[in-house]
Amino acid sequence: MSTFLKSREAMLALALVALVALVESRFRGFAAPGNLAAVFNDTSVLMILALGQMLVIMTKCIDLSVAANLALTGMTVALVNAAAPGVPVVALIALAVGLGLLLGAFNGLLVWLLDIPPIVVTLGTLTIYRGVVFVISGGEWINSFEMSPAFTALPRMVILGLPVLSWIALLVVLLVAVLVRLTPLGRAILAVGGNAHAAVYTGISVGFTRFMAFVISGGLAGLCGYLWVSRYAVAYTDVAVGFELDVVAACVIGGVSIAGGIGTVGGAVLGALFLGVIKNALPVAGISPFWQLAISGAAIIVAVALNARAERTKGRIILKSAEHAA
Amino acid sequence: MSLAEGTRPRHIPDRLSGRMGHALRSWELLLLLVGVAIFVANSLLSPYFLSPWNLSDATFNFTEKAMIAFAVAMLIIAGEIDLSVAAIIALASTLMGLALQHGAGTPVLVGVGLLTGLLCGLVNGTLVTRLGLPSIVATIGTMSLYRGISYIVLGDEAFNGYPASFALFGQGYAWWVISWELVIFAVLAVAFGVLLHRTNFGRQVYVIGNNDTAAAFSGVRVQRVKMILFLLTGLMSGVAAVCLTSRLGSTRPSIAQGWELEIVTMVVLGGVSILGGSGSILGVVLAALVMGMVTFGLGLLNVPGIVMSVFIGALLIGVIAIPRLIRLARTGRAA
Repeated sequence: MSTFLKSREAMLALALVALVALVESRFRGFAAPGNLAAVFNDTSVLMILALGQMLVIMTKCIDLSVAANLALTGMTVALVNAAAPGVPVVALIALAVGLGLLLGAFNGLLVWLLDIPPIVVTLGTLTIYRGVVFVISGGEWINSFEMSPAFTALPRMVILGLPVLSWIALLVVLLVAVLVRLTPLGRAILAVGGNAHAAVYTGISVGFTRFMAFVISGGLAGLCGYLWVSRYAVAYTDVAVGFELDVVAACVIGGVSIAGGIGTVGGAVLGALFLGVIKNALPVAGISPFWQLAISGAAIIVAVALNARAERTKGRIILKSAEHAA
Repeated sequence: MSLAEGTRPRHIPDRLSGRMGHALRSWELLLLLVGVAIFVANSLLSPYFLSPWNLSDATFNFTEKAMIAFAVAMLIIAGEIDLSVAAIIALASTLMGLALQHGAGTPVLVGVGLLTGLLCGLVNGTLVTRLGLPSIVATIGTMSLYRGISYIVLGDEAFNGYPASFALFGQGYAWWVISWELVIFAVLAVAFGVLLHRTNFGRQVYVIGNNDTAAAFSGVRVQRVKMILFLLTGLMSGVAAVCLTSRLGSTRPSIAQGWELEIVTMVVLGGVSILGGSGSILGVVLAALVMGMVTFGLGLLNVPGIVMSVFIGALLIGVIAIPRLIRLARTGRAA
């Protein structure tokens, strides 16, 4: 119990509650269940992407292409929907996830087989994917009247008091938690980030594990592509531009270590919710939305600095002299 | 990823290959050939390419980015990176605009721009060298922070009405078609070439990039060198901010959006290893020329900007992937 209270998730949960209480004390009604559910719903996409990103970061990589992947898959399904409204939504979701998986696999292959640093790969694919959105759409917008009603209605459909969008986010949280805790791949992801050399000795393919992390991140980004475009009922080239930074921020705030090997599903979810609450509190408090970028940036820096301190004190000193040398 | 990469013994030849033989196989020569090929292709594809004034205009495609790329190249050689450079331009430009609103003249504007750059570099350097944060994440954070401040100040507004004397840096010509910006670029290229290749400081940068523990044991003050590099990168972003603001004559918070990617591409295309430890300023200069000509040539062919960025992204990955693919094909297994 005491270790639980000291854990990062508990601290973050407390900070989150304090933040909500602070906003509530100034602006009555913010903490009402209905509004909190709305905030959760609004944060769903960020949460899903953060969980994919968490897996990638835990293997000591980074995926900066998720927002461009989202834009490309979103535009693709919107174009298909506009051209052939008869195609069932389920098929479109499958298309979005499949395309996202492919885009993620492309990143993963470059990292795995060619051993190119992930930051270079995903900075490159970030511009390529975003450019392809422009090419396939010709720079045009797909507006809500061009989309079929079924296409835009699904994320909003309410089941048991919550919109489908929220349910999908909860399902992804559950699946990723199972993946990390109960599957060999999840354990391999932790092992690769914790100590790549030791992972090799236990028979884990570091490259393949990283590849799989990119594939999952890509697939989730594809899913979000459909969710984003259908929820806002519009698709254009600059959809979710710069959103990859929010995703990385959510992970870092959630205690996922950029050095790999450390991270929890709960942390990533709380990190995303923390940003979501701030984003939703700004307009309530009458602060210009232009503040959001700077706040995300400051949150990233503070969170990384805190993580670095926490990791330093916890450091495993095996060989004292070697530790000092490094 | 192979096992214990750092511990694999390095192959040290008994005799270093001759200067000529080395030069013939070098990355720089390859870049030069690619540059010449693009130049010839451009002049064949578009009748407007081979005009002195058009070529002069084309230099603006790379001069400002290259100024920053020199400093970023040194940072990457030392094993760090700075992704906040474009955001520093935005912040420096915004603060210059603010100073303008308060009646500042050209010298003060330039001072504000350079000082902002230095200050941002100081923040980055402090986060990395004092707090020990990984530079990728720290500078992703400051990238949002700096540009975020720009957005807070400007929102959807813009600053303009810079004085005529301020236009010199981005719009003035030193002689015939040679712009002042091109002169600044050339001077900085030589200065950075000397700094990296002819001074103790430059050698220390390479040593740190190859093995910073060994560097520390040989008496190199690793953190101080890194701090200086971050300051230098900040300062160069400030210089670029002055040039770009002067050239555009206005400031928006979205100024220089996405440049960090193009700058890293320029550095990597120039043969600097993204893992640190090797690279040259000559390579970066050639890469700047190649990229400038590619974007200018595509522009003459009416290719939209965002499609050009697809080329830049493909270039970034291709330049690293192709040599590795060739090696992969040769050895038949992952390196």
